[in-house]
Amino acid sequence: MKFAVIVFPGSNCDRDMYHAVKEVAGAEAELVWYTDTDRLEDVDGILLPGGFSYGDYLRSGSMASTSNVMHKIREHASKGKPVLGVCNGFQILTESGLLPGALMRNKHLSFMCHQEELVVEDNQTFFTSLYEKKEVVRYPIAHGEGNYFCDDATLKELKANNQIVFTYKYNPNGSIENIAGIRNKQGNVLGMMPHPERAVEELLGSEDGLKLFKSMIANWRDSYAVNA
Amino acid sequence: MKKVTVYITLKPGVLDPQGKAIQESLQSLGYQEVDDARVGKYIELQVEEGPNIEERITEMCDRLLANPVIENYQFDLEEVK
Repeated sequence: MKFAVIVFPGSNCDRDMYHAVKEVAGAEAELVWYTDTDRLEDVDGILLPGGFSYGDYLRSGSMASTSNVMHKIREHASKGKPVLGVCNGFQILTESGLLPGALMRNKHLSFMCHQEELVVEDNQTFFTSLYEKKEVVRYPIAHGEGNYFCDDATLKELKANNQIVFTYKYNPNGSIENIAGIRNKQGNVLGMMPHPERAVEELLGSEDGLKLFKSMIANWRDSYAVNA
Repeated sequence: MKKVTVYITLKPGVLDPQGKAIQESLQSLGYQEVDDARVGKYIELQVEEGPNIEERITEMCDRLLANPVIENYQFDLEEVK
């Protein structure tokens, strides 16, 4: 499986993401500057890393969501191919409408950077199949604007379609229903505030994030083998 | 040329921790009468005259300037010489 890690001006978790999928999870990966859209033609999975794309001008993720590379990413997603957005990547996915809702300022205003316990609410997804249902995992969070918000109708829909993939065990930022990560209806786009790519080696304090990348790789292999 | 002034505010009911902090600070300065504070954005645009100017500005607000999930907006248009 070949991944592209999209690098925007202001991305800062791009190398962590690249390291996690390539050197730890063992997939193919390349860093792709956001204007090099041609390089996305033969890519299987797209990873939108964390950081502060365009300095978070206007709203986090809003500037990146209008860039040309998003047309390619929309096209990629509409073919059912996987897209993972972490932190700023999640903000870009909500701003571009690929995922519902919005990420707002943390409830207590402060930037938070520490390990959080998360609950895997759904292990029947492309991204989480190697976890147990309701498994508690530890990933770091590092955000000032991770307070997930959506209106009641959207929340109902998220629940009805099992789109809530991760919740916080102890809500750090005021997110509605403790939501830490959601997927789109089709199941091929996942956005989450916590950082699985920073939890892939025991040396980093947790390796609980590795199963997320390994799930993607295993599920890709399975679907490829079935279709081949 | 037109000057466009866009006001973006959080929808009612959407938590505004920044506004809350401002309200508390005003109260700690002795302004007990401040019951609530909400923070929004103010954006000025200079726009060339053209057909459908209002529609196009509405579109700009919906597509970029405001996030319709959490924000409302309104705008004023005035002539500049």
